[in-house]
Amino acid sequence: MKDALKELIFPVIAVVVAFLVGGVIVWIVGDDPLLVYQLFFASAFGSVEGFGYTLFYATPLIFTGLAVAVAFKCGLLNIGAEGQLIVAAFTTAWVALMFPGWPAVIVVILAMLGAVVAGGLWAGIPGVLKARFGAHEVITTIMMNFIAVGIVSYLTKYHYNEPGDPILESKAIAQVKDGVVTGPHIPRLHDVLAPLGIDFPSVLPTNVAFFLAVLMCVAVYVFLWKTKWGYELRAVGVNPSAAEYGGISIKRNIITAMVISGMLAGMVGINDVLGFRYRYYDGFSAGFGFTGIAVALLGRNHPAGVFLAAILLGALHRASLFIDIFTLKVSKDWAVILQAIIILFVACEAIFRFGARRLLPRKT
Amino acid sequence: MSDDTRYAVEMRGITKQFGEVVANDHINIAVADRTIHAIIGENGAGKSTAMNILYGFYTADEGEILIDGEHRAINSPKDAIALGLGMVHQHFMLVEPLTVTENIILGAEPVAGLAIDFRQARARVRELSEQYGLKVNPDARIADLSVGQEQRVEILKTLYRGARILILDEPTAVLTPQEVTEMFAILRGLRDQGKTIIIITHKLQEVLALSDNITVMRDGRVVGNLPTREATAEGLARMMVGREVLLRVKKDEARPRQAVLSVNGLSLRGAEGNAILEDISFEVRGGETLGVAGVEGNGQTELVEILAGLREPSAGEILLEGKRINETDTHERKRRGIAHIPEDRHRRGLLLPFDLASNLILGVHRDAPISGSVLLKRNVIIDRAKRLVREYDVRPPNIELPARALSGGNQQKLIVAREFDINPKLLLVAQPTRGVDIGATEFIHRKLIEMRDNGAAVLLVSAELDEVLSLSDRIIVIYEGRIVGEVDPKTVSEEEIGLMMTGGRAGGGGRGSLGREEAASTGTRHPAPDIQDKI
Amino acid sequence: MLDAIIATLAATLRYSTPLILAALGGMYSERSGVINIALEGIMLAGAFTAAAVTVFTLNPWLGLAAAIVAGLATALIHAIASIQFKADQVVVGTAINILFLGVPALASGALFESTGSTRQLEQQYTLSPYAIAAFAVAMVPVSYYVLFRTRFGLRLRAVGENPEAADTAGISVERMRYAGVLLSGVLAGIGGAYLSIAQNSLFTRNMTAGRGFIALAALIFGKWHPVGAFFACLLFGFADALSDRLQNVLPIPVQFIQIIPYVLAMVVLAGFIGRATPPRAIGTPYVKETR
Repeated sequence: MKDALKELIFPVIAVVVAFLVGGVIVWIVGDDPLLVYQLFFASAFGSVEGFGYTLFYATPLIFTGLAVAVAFKCGLLNIGAEGQLIVAAFTTAWVALMFPGWPAVIVVILAMLGAVVAGGLWAGIPGVLKARFGAHEVITTIMMNFIAVGIVSYLTKYHYNEPGDPILESKAIAQVKDGVVTGPHIPRLHDVLAPLGIDFPSVLPTNVAFFLAVLMCVAVYVFLWKTKWGYELRAVGVNPSAAEYGGISIKRNIITAMVISGMLAGMVGINDVLGFRYRYYDGFSAGFGFTGIAVALLGRNHPAGVFLAAILLGALHRASLFIDIFTLKVSKDWAVILQAIIILFVACEAIFRFGARRLLPRKT
Repeated sequence: MSDDTRYAVEMRGITKQFGEVVANDHINIAVADRTIHAIIGENGAGKSTAMNILYGFYTADEGEILIDGEHRAINSPKDAIALGLGMVHQHFMLVEPLTVTENIILGAEPVAGLAIDFRQARARVRELSEQYGLKVNPDARIADLSVGQEQRVEILKTLYRGARILILDEPTAVLTPQEVTEMFAILRGLRDQGKTIIIITHKLQEVLALSDNITVMRDGRVVGNLPTREATAEGLARMMVGREVLLRVKKDEARPRQAVLSVNGLSLRGAEGNAILEDISFEVRGGETLGVAGVEGNGQTELVEILAGLREPSAGEILLEGKRINETDTHERKRRGIAHIPEDRHRRGLLLPFDLASNLILGVHRDAPISGSVLLKRNVIIDRAKRLVREYDVRPPNIELPARALSGGNQQKLIVAREFDINPKLLLVAQPTRGVDIGATEFIHRKLIEMRDNGAAVLLVSAELDEVLSLSDRIIVIYEGRIVGEVDPKTVSEEEIGLMMTGGRAGGGGRGSLGREEAASTGTRHPAPDIQDKI
Repeated sequence: MLDAIIATLAATLRYSTPLILAALGGMYSERSGVINIALEGIMLAGAFTAAAVTVFTLNPWLGLAAAIVAGLATALIHAIASIQFKADQVVVGTAINILFLGVPALASGALFESTGSTRQLEQQYTLSPYAIAAFAVAMVPVSYYVLFRTRFGLRLRAVGENPEAADTAGISVERMRYAGVLLSGVLAGIGGAYLSIAQNSLFTRNMTAGRGFIALAALIFGKWHPVGAFFACLLFGFADALSDRLQNVLPIPVQFIQIIPYVLAMVVLAGFIGRATPPRAIGTPYVKETR
């Protein structure tokens, strides 16, 4: 418990400082920082509906945050979650379109598998290139992001677009009529919770992918800290030489970590395609892959931390829409700036450490 | 040395302490102008510390330094360079993709207008290289040079900056015999043209062949200053290693059984085809300890790593209880009963941020009962950790602490506990008590003997001669990647073994005379490639 | 036909210019050992600042100067975080890229009440693309000269390859790295200004559209060499020009042409055709050995 608190100190400081800086930005732009803070809390946490949206936006961030965290635990920086989730989301829709007339349950399962496999493969390529040729995973994952965008938008535009549809999106995998969805999809929270007597607003897009995200937090925790494979992966991340001495293959674990990372990122596709839009929409990701880096850093690469950080950044995303509307000058981009500042501060933890060292008497 | 000798360097009463360790204890070294002065001693004798003080890397706690008879404060390498000192480190400080000229002038570039005056620079490099016989192509890239040529570039770097006094740290450690001969000629040439040279080394033959005067260091003190013509190999060896044996380990007579480990014709070549290990053959039987004596860097590290499955040999066969194990990996070898205490516990032996319990399963983490088919068995791990921490007296006995929080001695006990607990048939033990306090040292020694008495085969590699002598039942001496002899620890004199370790001569029952072998040897050594670089 | 060829070549130059500037900028940073994936963000900072300042001053040269300042300031954030505080260079670069996705958008809302664009400039208030193109091309031999002929260049390369060796030769590793990163700010900032006040006449949301990363790919494909990077930029610019001109004629879809730079960069990184080896010390903060 004490350790957990200690782990929390620097992220919390970083968030507080970032919010203060964000307030200054609001003030410079010519608005009232207090109003913005108030809007933030009210819209993201102040109502069931608001919080429901927060959870909806947090869901993809939990997946990408976990993705970045798992890679990081093996000493790798996966900048490519964005590309992985794009490929995965497209694959989800593609699989769903491949099996017309099949029972929805089976199609959903296949589509989910498609998402996970596609994400894993897309991340596995940089993993193999790193293990086999020593190619820097940061550069290769960046490049893979753009390759993903290119290929997927090509396929969407030329092969899976509804003829006449001007929007860059695939054909629908399920139809919505009078609030009833027919076709392969995963249910929204409203539908799942209603039988239990919980009245979750039906307008909310929050779907069972959120449960999957929570489940993945637990699964990643168990995998990393309770299984022999997780032990090996972390050992490589901490000290590859010692891991090798302990009979652990460095190369194999690099590839494993990247594949798992990509699989997690790929689950974003499940949330968006099967749970929300019921089609692949080009540009659906609001930079979830990159925000995942912030989530992982802020969450100290621990699933519990990732969960909390994802809620915070999900809330920020939710609130940004309200802040945009209810202030004169501040646009929703304020949230993006805040996120960048949070990453910078968490990355420069040394700033705070220097401060702390100066303030506290030095032990020798 | 007559009274009117002029001294280029005088170090008087220099003392330097690192924590509890006194690295230099009131040492006096006087280096006569225009001579080659050798400073010899075993690892940890304080040679490098003294030279690092002279070159301004460290500041002495006490004492004074005189350069050309004048008191000087040397607080940084910059001061040292300004006083005409130059140092060639054992690990070269060269930028690989740059050319020879670029490396030499780096930080002191001649400019003409905006650009570097490469014409002048090249001319100066050529001039220096001709003047001192340091042949090297000024336009070659460092990456394309041999180690010997790189060393010449390092020397040229110091000369280019106007050095009159050159300090060379183990200059021959990385050279082939031919290159050594050339280097000697170069160094003599430098001396004859007015330079003063200080070399740090532990190779007696080289000292005798090259130097004018010798300072011998041992345990942080200067134990002898003498002109080379008055020195003999035997005398120097005695001074270097001859000390009271501090460690007295009680042990019974060994009762050797069948061979557990057999090594036949093991060789290892480096990246440039150089021999790191050459035709190594030996046997370790159950119930005995085979010591490997030798100055560090003579192939021992590689030998142990090959046996542990961390490196592939270029040739040769490894048998465990008569079965070939060349093709098995590290994990499999551990499963078959090979335990390994690595020489560098921070780099290899421990996962410092992990807790003690997690460190205690490294290497056996995949096997029953530690792990099921998927999940690690937490209770088993914790019970085992508690038991081992108690049995091996690891302090503090809190298995949730990160390994980083322990002292060196307790970290080592942690590794020993982990490795001995697999009930090994063969123990590969490298530098088991390095940086470890007396209490832990005694404990580890006792455990090693216990393991031997219980029938395990122990291969002990240590740079501490005392340790090898007091723990081993038989000793092989390794020099430049070859076994130069086998001795009996009960009868061998320290002088004799010291000579063998430093290439002085081969011991009784050894594999032929070294004088001849040394001339023919192609053995060179390179620093072990850092595995972390590769990933 | 000839017209078409000339037009395509001119377009190639226009498309290549911002890439050349950013790639050369990135080269200074990476040669000093600081991996710079923030080129995209720096370009955005430059592009927005140039347009905004020009709107208010009606002087594109002031706009250009402001872009340089903005590029420098952005690079300074990178340098302070990754050199001073030894933060992970990649994470810092990512943060900067995200930051300048947001900053221009927020600022344009406040300044122009738009959602991410500046006001359109009249033709007379923009710079000639070819003037900046000429500057960019001229920077290639200049960079070559600086990198391989001057004291500064030698020290920069030494610091990026073996900081310890440079340090023992009396060179300040930190200072050289600051210089490298700041130079990348200047050049990528100009590259950004080119987009908003030369090639176009306003700033639009995310107008770099990944050019910072294409520049990075060009730098890698050109093996961190100014001439190599230059030709890589020309190649990528040519691909752009071609796909622009032949959009409906070409049998290959435009998306595939767009991913060429990234595929090529990966191919050389993996060593499939002539390996590209990054400066050895890239990505690692220099920590002086404490004895």
